[in-house]
Amino acid sequence: MRRHLLSIDGLSREDIERILRRAESFAEVSGREIKKVPTLRGRTVVNLFYESSTRTSSSFELAAKRLSADLVSIKAQGSSVDKGESLKDTVQTLSAYDPAAIVIRSPNVGAAALVARWTRASVINAGDGKHEHPTQALLDLYTLRRRTGTLDGLRVWIVGDVLHSRVARSGVLAFARMGCKVTVCGPPTLIPRGIEALGCEVRHTLDELGEADVIYTLRMQQERMQGTLVPSLREYAARYQINGRRLGSGQLLMHPGPVNRGVELSAEVIDSPQALIAEQVESGVVVRMAVLYELLTAGQGGGPAAGQRLPSDEPTERQPA
Amino acid sequence: MNKLNATTRAREAGRLDRAPVPDATVLIRAAQLLDPRSGLDQPGDLLVRDGEIAEIGAPGSLQAPEGAEIVEAEGLHAFPAFVDPHVHLRTPGREDEEDVETGTRSAAAGGYCAILAMPNTDPVVDSAPILRSLRERARAEARIPTGFTASITVGMQGERLTEMAELADAGAAAFTDDGLPVRSAGIMRHALRYQQLSGCVLALHEEDPTLSDGGVMHEGEVSAVLGLAGIPSVSESTMVARDCELAGYEDGRIHVQHVSARRTVEVLERAKAAGVKVTAEASPHHLLLTDDAVRSLDTHFKMNPPLRTEDDRQALIDGLRAGVLDCIATDHAPHSREEKEEPFELAPMGVTGLESAFAAIHTDLVLPGVLDLGLVVERMTAGMEPFGLVVPTLAKGAQANVCLVDLNAVWEVGEAGYESRSANCAFGGRRLTGRVRITIAAGAVAFRERSFAIEAVR
Repeated sequence: MRRHLLSIDGLSREDIERILRRAESFAEVSGREIKKVPTLRGRTVVNLFYESSTRTSSSFELAAKRLSADLVSIKAQGSSVDKGESLKDTVQTLSAYDPAAIVIRSPNVGAAALVARWTRASVINAGDGKHEHPTQALLDLYTLRRRTGTLDGLRVWIVGDVLHSRVARSGVLAFARMGCKVTVCGPPTLIPRGIEALGCEVRHTLDELGEADVIYTLRMQQERMQGTLVPSLREYAARYQINGRRLGSGQLLMHPGPVNRGVELSAEVIDSPQALIAEQVESGVVVRMAVLYELLTAGQGGGPAAGQRLPSDEPTERQPA
Repeated sequence: MNKLNATTRAREAGRLDRAPVPDATVLIRAAQLLDPRSGLDQPGDLLVRDGEIAEIGAPGSLQAPEGAEIVEAEGLHAFPAFVDPHVHLRTPGREDEEDVETGTRSAAAGGYCAILAMPNTDPVVDSAPILRSLRERARAEARIPTGFTASITVGMQGERLTEMAELADAGAAAFTDDGLPVRSAGIMRHALRYQQLSGCVLALHEEDPTLSDGGVMHEGEVSAVLGLAGIPSVSESTMVARDCELAGYEDGRIHVQHVSARRTVEVLERAKAAGVKVTAEASPHHLLLTDDAVRSLDTHFKMNPPLRTEDDRQALIDGLRAGVLDCIATDHAPHSREEKEEPFELAPMGVTGLESAFAAIHTDLVLPGVLDLGLVVERMTAGMEPFGLVVPTLAKGAQANVCLVDLNAVWEVGEAGYESRSANCAFGGRRLTGRVRITIAAGAVAFRERSFAIEAVR
């Protein structure tokens, strides 16, 4: 297993399979009355969140605690980050505590990869700007596979604001790597030019939505509506909302949360048995336990072999003379 | 046009400054002399006496005058030294990143004999007193002749024209709001009309801020995959089209800075064919790198305009070859290490390039046979021509502007540090072929490579 989890792009299908299998084994632990295992006893996990987050940060906290790790959670607000400390200095300060892992959420693309250069800890990307959110994609795969049994050949439509979505980017990569056929769909102003390079098709209407086995809707962020990208929420909902009329009886529905009821999803589909939204949240803990486990224990007894490391794992920082 | 030229030429002598230095007397023996303008391309001796090119002769034919330094240059090339119309000296305001002394030292090390400094400093060079103080500083510190440009609009706010006539009298080399576009077509038109009074060329950073809005790299596949906000090519090309139209209408003279996109090359080609007085520059990084490099999220590949696609890069190379792009300019933009160590979206735009420009182009374009060496030398010495300033040449009687280059020397950029105060070079760590050994600028030795100097002593 690799030392960091920075992106789905850096994972092979084997890597993903291993994490999903590990998550299955932790699901069994979660069913027990005592949900804790001693795996990471005496080791420290740092949660470093530069953006507000409820489910990602809380599920990482729970995951670390269930593995018996010591946990330090830092939110940008009220910390030295507020006082203008640079990311590098913050990371080097925290690294002095010799954590086993740093989980980082940042509004900036590539922040996790930067942190990985500055610390000896394993780094887990909990969302870097609009780039990637790999643990979200892993828990989506896990959730979907538990329902469908297999991922190969599934047709997945990712619908909504792809432009601003790290969930979409990691999602396309992860679904495609596991053998799904991925289509992204949304208004042209919210689909970036060149997104096909991720390995997906592009549609601008829901006309062919019927072909989808899985509809993965993205959160429509209210703050994006203040620009000129979409004329109005009303028009957006009229064209792209998944509702009882559009959701076919055999189709599954996913959403990374939090949902804007009445915008991207209507109330009746959220509460339908076809929706996996609650299971996605539930899966968050076991999948993040699996990620921590795979990153922090696989290296024991010799460390990761050089050949297994990602190019992005290597320190690439220039040293100006 | 003639009137404008006459005005600018009359002012030339008084627009470049440097610290006082003794005129050089140097005999360069048996170098390969190459000056594409005069058609010179042969081995020969070149004698610089009292700062002037006194004699050019067959190898071994010239005698050194008493007290002359003799440089055995067999195997080396002597070119007219390079000029760069686009350099950020960060002075006043960010002397921690660069100042007049370090910036001009960096230029001399890259083989340059003259540069123009951009006015986007703090404060902005938008009034005669600021310009005069900079010129005074250059007369004390500059290693090579340095010209200072002034801004088109007050504070580069894009609202009010600077006192261009007074600034021109005070020695402004050109006007530019470089770093920012002149948003308003109306202001641009006024600046073009007022040019009849100032006589100075307008150098333009072309970008439509409503299209580039918040972008940090080229808009395309790479930005889509990385989730970074993109700057589309049309952000540049539409503004160039606008300003070519305005310049044509007002019979003004404009110089388009750092062209990055194929569409812009095409717009320029049409404008030139239509007789618009427009010149343009391309930077080494746009000629050699693409947005593919940004996949690393290395902030040394973040600049404005951004690195674009391979197709754009090829169009720039073709444009340079065809003369649609008149010259190569570095857009040398020093930034502090802490600023460049931020995440990609937060890091400032710009890279240094004076010390690596020739070697990078030689390695990646001349050696593989993409561009002819003579053409590269011509384009690297042409950057002041649009402004009516120095055009270096290897000709008897000319002021000595010579660089001596070892085309076989292999070196790693930054291995021995930089002359520049900043290290944010896009080619840092690259092994390049071709090294400047000596630069003679305006008749004086401005740079001598250290190891070479030791050998020369032996």
